Amino acid sequence: MTQKGHYGIYGGQYVAETLMPALTELEAAYIKCKNDPAFQKEFNEYLIDYVGRASPLYHAKRLSDRCGGAAIYLKREDLNHTGAHKVNNTLGQALLAKFMGKKRLIAETGAGMHGVATATVAALFGFECEVFMGSEDIRRQAPNVQRMLTLGAKVTPVDSGSATLKDAMNEALRNWISTVENTFYVIGTVAGPHPYPEMVRDFQSVIGKEAREQILEKTGRLPDEVIACVGGGSNAMGIFAGFIEDKAVKLIGVEAGGQGIDTAYHAASINAGRVGVLHGSKSYLLQDKHGQVNQTHSVSAGLDYPGVGPEHSYLNDIGRAEYTVINDKEAIEAFDLLSRLEGIIPALESSHAIAEAMRRAPSMSKDKIIIVNLSGRGDKDMQSVLEFKQQMAAEVK
Amino acid sequence: MNRIAQTFKKCADEKRKALVIFVSAGNPDLATTEKLIVQAAEAGADIVELGVPFSDPMADGPVIQEASMRALQSGTTLVDIIAMSARIRKVSAIPMVLFSYYNVILSYGVEKAAADCQAAGIDAWLTVDVPFEESAEIVPHLSKHGLFLIPLVAPTTPEARARQIVKNAQGFVYYITVAGVTGARKQLSVNLEERLNELRKFSPVPVVAGFGISSPEMAAKTAACADGIVVGSALVKIMNEATSPASGISKSLELIRGLAAALKK
Repeated sequence: MTQKGHYGIYGGQYVAETLMPALTELEAAYIKCKNDPAFQKEFNEYLIDYVGRASPLYHAKRLSDRCGGAAIYLKREDLNHTGAHKVNNTLGQALLAKFMGKKRLIAETGAGMHGVATATVAALFGFECEVFMGSEDIRRQAPNVQRMLTLGAKVTPVDSGSATLKDAMNEALRNWISTVENTFYVIGTVAGPHPYPEMVRDFQSVIGKEAREQILEKTGRLPDEVIACVGGGSNAMGIFAGFIEDKAVKLIGVEAGGQGIDTAYHAASINAGRVGVLHGSKSYLLQDKHGQVNQTHSVSAGLDYPGVGPEHSYLNDIGRAEYTVINDKEAIEAFDLLSRLEGIIPALESSHAIAEAMRRAPSMSKDKIIIVNLSGRGDKDMQSVLEFKQQMAAEVK
Repeated sequence: MNRIAQTFKKCADEKRKALVIFVSAGNPDLATTEKLIVQAAEAGADIVELGVPFSDPMADGPVIQEASMRALQSGTTLVDIIAMSARIRKVSAIPMVLFSYYNVILSYGVEKAAADCQAAGIDAWLTVDVPFEESAEIVPHLSKHGLFLIPLVAPTTPEARARQIVKNAQGFVYYITVAGVTGARKQLSVNLEERLNELRKFSPVPVVAGFGISSPEMAAKTAACADGIVVGSALVKIMNEATSPASGISKSLELIRGLAAALKK
């Protein structure tokens, strides 16, 4: 970070004045807890006993053999309680909310994984919980809606705009402006105003820390490449954090190419956007020439977002990380292949990272190592995959 | 003396409080907005806030969200809003405040936007999502072109922070009367008078209060402890629900006259 809350020109706190005191309070509480051994001890105990950490680092031999090049390792965040990396962060933020004496948690969700992870920790610690979710996402991620309701959360549909993640975040921010005294806003990604990008990265950095130790233990060396999908970018920042000082390790973020970045139907903010301000921070943003935010598309609800975490924009500009694009079709192919070859059904979000590994591995020699962050499991995506395939079949006819 | 200071002085001389109106520019189209502003100035509005439509109005309630969508659907852009302001300036001396989310201005280019606003006779900016901490990237451009940045103070703003925010304020200070999004409300918040009195004590410029004021009665009550009041959503709602632009304008003017009368007492 170059100056408080900023990553180069990115980041900052672009929010309504009503929220500024809450962000200041949050920042102070976070700094206190970050440096408090008792808080860190409690957080770690929950990560071990409740989330089930450490998550394994698995050598996907059949996938590696099929690609015929580099050895591919999967960081199994899909095996966490609730089925994705999201819970690392919601657990941290819920403990912080408890410390701050807040009574209610709110969250935005796209694919529903962050909503489920927030509803989960709300149940665990006895918070009231309301999750804002685009009505389009409610339709395509129905199983996760049922999970949130089962956990006792209220799920509020959002119909405005494209009725997806961006609109859910608008509505969560509006709700927070009105309820800021007693409510803690659990943001699910490394976006939003400072201190969220930093705080969420820190809570997710356990992924990279473990992965680094695990690969050293298994192979005696660091990986050549670390690959993760990027919507807002929390699973990517989490795994990158472990390797950022290891300059020889290539960091690769994979954006959602949808139907292709030469069409209007994608969500590749860094590859196809320009600098803008949305949801509290400055970063690459998909927008029209008048500064109106574009509607995005991805087969994966969790990547269907026009912005990206500010630290990713910074890592891109300084060349520390590289950001590539995988389109819907390639992600679905990777989803199928990993399921058939390894018996692991990946989330559609993570399938983008798998697809990128499949693209890169064949041209790398067998002694090279790739770690892919398998950020979540794909049970929630059956409906989306089925719909996508039916659509493809219809187009072929 | 600048147009905003002149306006507050005139109000003080006439022993009344200032009426600030918010219009959603381009709702339903800019031709209507232009007529509305010119006639509103004649009907008793003292200052106008030109609401620039944005795709993601995070601080706004359903009424202004709807208006923004309508404005965007009619193709409203910042370029057109600035051009409209220039036309209004030729026929009216009403102070104009460009009220916008930052991304639209950032996309236009902050320096160019400031220069073009000055040329069009716009007096100030109010950028909803640029708090004090981030304002340094705007203020030099505004100062260069003689424009003010209107600061916001919220019910959640602690006193020490409020002092810092208004310390170098120019034009006026906007006090948000309720912790929430924009939108008409049935009643005012409880400690409003206390907060406004405190703020007026240390603000170097007039303090206006807004958010949720929907009737002449509420306007009069709020104005008792402020230098002026802002009415936004109540006016925008009239335009949203109007059966035609002409009836929207005439109903808006009716409310403006009622509000202006209430502020004279």
